[in-house]
Amino acid sequence: MPDSAASASPKILQPGTEAPDFTLHCTPDQALSLAEYKGKTIILAFYPADFSPVCGDQMSLYNELISEFKDRDARILGISVDGVWCHAAFAKERNIHFPLLSDFEPKGEVARSFGAYRDEEGVCERALFVIDGDGIIRWSYLSPIGENPGADGILEALDSLEAKHA
Amino acid sequence: MSPRLVTPVNDADHVAGSAHAPITLVEYGDFECPHCGRAHPILQQLQEQMGADLRLVFRHFPVRESHPHAEHAAESAESAANQGEFWAMHDQIFEHQDALEDEDLLDYAAAIGLNRDTVAEDLDAGTFAAKVREDFMDGVRSGVNGTPTFFVNGLRYDGDWEDPSVFEQGLRAVAGRSRGGA
Repeated sequence: MPDSAASASPKILQPGTEAPDFTLHCTPDQALSLAEYKGKTIILAFYPADFSPVCGDQMSLYNELISEFKDRDARILGISVDGVWCHAAFAKERNIHFPLLSDFEPKGEVARSFGAYRDEEGVCERALFVIDGDGIIRWSYLSPIGENPGADGILEALDSLEAKHA
Repeated sequence: MSPRLVTPVNDADHVAGSAHAPITLVEYGDFECPHCGRAHPILQQLQEQMGADLRLVFRHFPVRESHPHAEHAAESAESAANQGEFWAMHDQIFEHQDALEDEDLLDYAAAIGLNRDTVAEDLDAGTFAAKVREDFMDGVRSGVNGTPTFFVNGLRYDGDWEDPSVFEQGLRAVAGRSRGGA
């Protein structure tokens, strides 16, 4: 039976959900786990592809905000299905100073676990998650794929996290 | 996401045109961004064709890691503003986007009659770094995600800006709606 509420329900993981742990390579010889960041706020930015114009602007924007994020004890991680060498080239070209994780093998597995994978195209959604120090998702946002969501939503989510701890 | 300008136009802004103009256009721009460079003569054309109907405001949005000269360009424009010449410096920079080393910026300042040493000292000391960052963060809060980003009477404008007559029509349409909705 078709259920309009279910079909309209958001596909990405929602606030209050525990974030699935993962371990992914960020460079050819280095891997990162979400669990390593226990106690810190994590901003996860899934994006479709290195070098595509919208992603570039989006990651370049977050790159300018690393110090603001750190001031709030938050770290940002980018995730796409691109391989580590592609990430390395992209980070070098744009001077990206935060880790870009490679959801490459099995392809898109982490994105799927967050509900942020596009089966038809085989790429990550453009989706944002703010995860608190206990590993609970506190904010998530699914952006139209061709639209740079900016950082205002992330900053508001970090503000409300801080307000709760104050 | 947020389609609205969080910080309204105020005394700290660089404003060209009358406070009574029915249309206020705020540009978030980066002096080293090629798209902003392309928008520069279009905005000048727009000012000419709209006259007293348009008030133009420029706020800084330097994407420093992509555009390594953008930050000092913005700070030099602030230093010029402190000497009363923001827009002349703004024009100089956009008209010489291919040469934006510190020495070039000082040459442009001198060319419009500013004290070269004062601008050099301001760049060295980072006198206006905080002001530039304030613009940037205000922009982020308003959902600015790249440059140029425009706001018309406080509402985000994502329409065409490449053609001055289409741009003007777009601005008047948004301004009409913002009045109607108020």
